[in-house]
Amino acid sequence: MRKTILLAVVCAALAGGLAWAAVSRGHVFARRSNANAIEVKIDNYSFAPGDLTVKAGTTVSWVNHDDVPHTVKANDGSFKSKALDTDDKFTMTFDKPGVYEYYCSVHPRMTAKIVVK
Amino acid sequence: MGDSSGNFNRDVIKENLNQDGVDRRGFLKCMAWAGTGTLCLIQGGVLKSFALSDVTSRGVAAAKGELSFVQISDSHIGFDKAANPDVTATLDAAIAKINALETPPEFVLHTGDLSHLSKPSEFDTLDQKLKALRTDRIHYVPGEHDVLNDNGEQFRERYGKGSKGDGWYSFDQKGVHFIGLVNVMNLKAGGLGSLGKNQLEFIEDDVKHLKSSTPIVVFAHIPLWSVYPEWGWGTDDGAQALGYLKRFGSVSVLNGHIHQVMQKVEGNVTFHTAMSTAFPQPQPGTAPSPGPMKVPAEKLRGLLGVTDVNFVRGKQTLAVVDSTLAA
Repeated sequence: MRKTILLAVVCAALAGGLAWAAVSRGHVFARRSNANAIEVKIDNYSFAPGDLTVKAGTTVSWVNHDDVPHTVKANDGSFKSKALDTDDKFTMTFDKPGVYEYYCSVHPRMTAKIVVK
Repeated sequence: MGDSSGNFNRDVIKENLNQDGVDRRGFLKCMAWAGTGTLCLIQGGVLKSFALSDVTSRGVAAAKGELSFVQISDSHIGFDKAANPDVTATLDAAIAKINALETPPEFVLHTGDLSHLSKPSEFDTLDQKLKALRTDRIHYVPGEHDVLNDNGEQFRERYGKGSKGDGWYSFDQKGVHFIGLVNVMNLKAGGLGSLGKNQLEFIEDDVKHLKSSTPIVVFAHIPLWSVYPEWGWGTDDGAQALGYLKRFGSVSVLNGHIHQVMQKVEGNVTFHTAMSTAFPQPQPGTAPSPGPMKVPAEKLRGLLGVTDVNFVRGKQTLAVVDSTLAA
């Protein structure tokens, strides 16, 4: 019986700790996404802005506003979205500085780049 | 057809008949009136255009050949946006048009973009619809919309039995050699449609044993000629592919992708693009992008259609008739 109570107390403490950790992480994430989140619009078969400079750690979202599917694919193949239908979104966080050139693999004339500093 | 468009057509015919090929002005006009139904007859490399209404009086109907097939393209099953909220209804209309032909086609070519998003349910719907076609068989090549997330695996599984590489193949029908090509895979940043090294080798090898008098029909989704590179309407290594076909007296290239009729004659090669069964796209450079073009509902079916092709042996003649879905 005592064992059971002890286990319950330990569990409650653990759960509380986890909940606290989740809240604080969520808080940090929210603050980061407000400060370092940028949206690239896919519209009329182009990426806008097509030439984007961001700080390391920035989260970039692409939203397709066209009536046809597009993709976001790194020229070197290091990342690729699924085909994005109208209003679909693809999100990537860029932690490492560098130049990331990408294009739409369905309409390869659509090219753009992100410079991470 | 009204009087004014009738005059316009005659004007265009004169221009085409008196030239060796079709200049830009000529074919843009041809495009403009293609919506009313055209017959383009190719003899000895010269494209001759007639309005459908003139066909009987000129005796062109006699050109009905021993091989007749139909090209359809860009069905985009799954598309539901303003440019055409009901693409299955217009596909049905295209099928009805084909089934009403006096001579049933020996086969049908679908030049790609069967689906809009490569979804199994979209392919299922297309298959179900095409069962109604009065023809022996259907040959397919993929469009970029058919190979979106799996490098074309699903497409080849469904439509590419017996094909090679990414899905290319060839076959013979009544002495005409047909080559189906795939130029929508492994597209490079900044580039156009692409055939790739392996497929080029296939083409070179595939035609080696053929006599130069063998008529060749090449079909692929994206135009193999440079229609409008700014919008990606061309194939980077298309010229190289056609280089292997130089010695042949009659080469016809049938494409889709641009959702409108365009044609060009260059030496022994005749290029032709078909209308879509789903939605029209703007003429090159007339809109900010090549996206689906919304037109008034009553005009839509006048911009969609099917292509009927007749081959006449001995005349090196391929008669191409584009007709719209408008009643």
